[in-house]
Amino acid sequence: MIWFFLTSGLFLGWSLGANHGVNIFGTAVVSKMVRFKTAAIIAGIFVTLGAVISGEGASKTLNELGAVNTLAGSFTVALAVAITVTMMTKLKLPVSVSQAVVGGIIGWNIFTGSPTDTTSLTKILSTWVVGPVLSAGFALIIFIIIAAILRKIKLHILRLDALTRIGFLIIGAFASYSLGANNIANVMGMFVNSAPFSDIHIFQIFIFSSTKQLFLVGGIAIAIGIFTYSYKVMLTVGNELYKITPITGLIVVLSEAIVLFLFSSEQLEYWLISHKLPSIPLVPLSSTQLTIGAVIGVGLAKGGRGINYKILGKIVTGWAFAPITAALICFVTLFFVQNVFEQKVVNQIKYKISSEVLTTLSQHNIPIEPLLKLKDKDFTGSALFRQTLKKEHKWKENQIYLIFSFSELDSFFVDSTIAKNNLSNGKILHKRLEALKCLHGRAFSYKWQFENALETSSDAWKPKSGNDANIYNKRLKKEKSLVYDLFRKKSQHSDE
Amino acid sequence: MDLLLKKTKELEMQIDEYLDMIVKGALTFRTSIRHYLNGQLDRFSDDRHNIDEIESKGDSLRRAIETKLYLETLIPEFRGDVLGLLESADKVLNMMADTLAQFDVEMPKILEELKPLYIELTDASTFAVEAMVTAIRSYFTELNKVRDNINKAMYYEKETDKISEKIKRTVFQTSIDLCFKIHMRYFAYHIELIADEAEDVCDRLSIATIKRHL
Repeated sequence: MIWFFLTSGLFLGWSLGANHGVNIFGTAVVSKMVRFKTAAIIAGIFVTLGAVISGEGASKTLNELGAVNTLAGSFTVALAVAITVTMMTKLKLPVSVSQAVVGGIIGWNIFTGSPTDTTSLTKILSTWVVGPVLSAGFALIIFIIIAAILRKIKLHILRLDALTRIGFLIIGAFASYSLGANNIANVMGMFVNSAPFSDIHIFQIFIFSSTKQLFLVGGIAIAIGIFTYSYKVMLTVGNELYKITPITGLIVVLSEAIVLFLFSSEQLEYWLISHKLPSIPLVPLSSTQLTIGAVIGVGLAKGGRGINYKILGKIVTGWAFAPITAALICFVTLFFVQNVFEQKVVNQIKYKISSEVLTTLSQHNIPIEPLLKLKDKDFTGSALFRQTLKKEHKWKENQIYLIFSFSELDSFFVDSTIAKNNLSNGKILHKRLEALKCLHGRAFSYKWQFENALETSSDAWKPKSGNDANIYNKRLKKEKSLVYDLFRKKSQHSDE
Repeated sequence: MDLLLKKTKELEMQIDEYLDMIVKGALTFRTSIRHYLNGQLDRFSDDRHNIDEIESKGDSLRRAIETKLYLETLIPEFRGDVLGLLESADKVLNMMADTLAQFDVEMPKILEELKPLYIELTDASTFAVEAMVTAIRSYFTELNKVRDNINKAMYYEKETDKISEKIKRTVFQTSIDLCFKIHMRYFAYHIELIADEAEDVCDRLSIATIKRHL
């Protein structure tokens, strides 16, 4: 059954591979610089590696947007996205898997009444504009540099040809890696919370996490998509959009790969933060739009000749159409899956507005008068809670998000022996472990309560402020979620 | 890296060798016309033999290059242009060999006062061929030099037109038999044609160059 639910994600992965292989090796294969077989093998291997090694960053952002928490729910969201992508491709409308996925998750949020994190949504929406613009910028700069170098070093056309081929293989591998790292979130992101795998410990040194296993399966699905169908797409689409000289093609792929990598690498994010540079949000992007952005960038470098501005219009249409269609299809499909096939598409979360919750909310500038009536009542399910909240007051979406976050019932019980056994081998800082042990025997009904207790127990649990605190806070966040997972009593958190 | 570029280097050398042959052909053509006009027929015959050899070697080298370009699907975007260039450059070499053959077979009688003009015509024609070869070489390595060399070739081609016309006017103003006049005109025309063919190659080259710009 588990594998059945995964099929829609795998199908989505396959279609992503089939449609996006062209963005990596389109020019190389169409211009016969690289044989399709070679291209497919390289793309397949590196897409999978990228997905497994660096895929987690972008999928976290998707999870912040909406945590689809049952397999049937994930199945339906992925199916809705796959249907949208297939349908729009058939209708020859431009479609981005990344954008359809966002629509699908919002569709799930709307159907289940779960709150949408507007901060994450804004972050994602802004990258849809920033991504292609960045890609165009990179292409422009790289083009100017390469043109200057070629003028200077006077390479023979044949040597240039040989180097371009080698470049296609190396940059193609990098682009495949980046595509896997960035886009695996689209394919498998919604299955992360309901992954049917458990962590595998290899010699107690290396842990192959359930998420990584999931991404491996998704990566393989993308690779199969590239192997089985991308050649056809290259021959049909490739001739229209990618009929550019091989070197230009190489510049386009490189720019696209750099942007994909920037938006998916956690290591790079750390590096940027540690060097006090602005960090880049880890968000899945549309590789097709990055490619188009890069083609336009090269066009600008050539003085703006031959740019097809109609394509720009197409991108904007895609931005609007894909997510809305996916959200609608997702909503309808969820209705059928839940009511006709009687599958559980959401784990009903329990909410309770206690007096502590009210105090905390008022500290966050949320008007608490409308909430007083609901005090100490139990609510099961996001939809019901949202409905009740809306009856009391006209809330803004970000206010609802905060009320949801603080009222979500959870259950933690701290046991110092468990802490000692599981966290002593350097998983969390020694100071933090000692402070945690002091909380022995205490129980918490809300996650934020547990967090407050941790922060009061020791300064080591408090986030730092200032420019250089980003890395520190990131590690802190990681350790906190490790602690939550360890002490959470699962049976009380969900009704499963 | 060297290992990866080994095949490429070989082919680069072959193309260079092929272009060298066209230059050699032009030099041989230049000297052989001088030998013919000076009545050194033995040396002229040697030259003729040499140019035939150069031409047949050039043909087989060109075929080898073409096969390699196709079999190894090298420079797929520009293969058509490169093959076209090499083939049309080959026509220039053939034309020089054919013209010498015609001299050898028909032994035209050239008026003494016209001989310097014929030498001038031959020089201009072969200079056009040399400039064409340099332009082709630049196409392979240094695109921004192509134009200069094409301009050179064009200049020499125009020179041949002028000299050839001068020869024809002078010939037809003399009182010799019409058959001799026509014969001399015919040979001037054929030497001039070599430059015309070089000009055609340059026209092709300038289009190919536009395509090669990034």
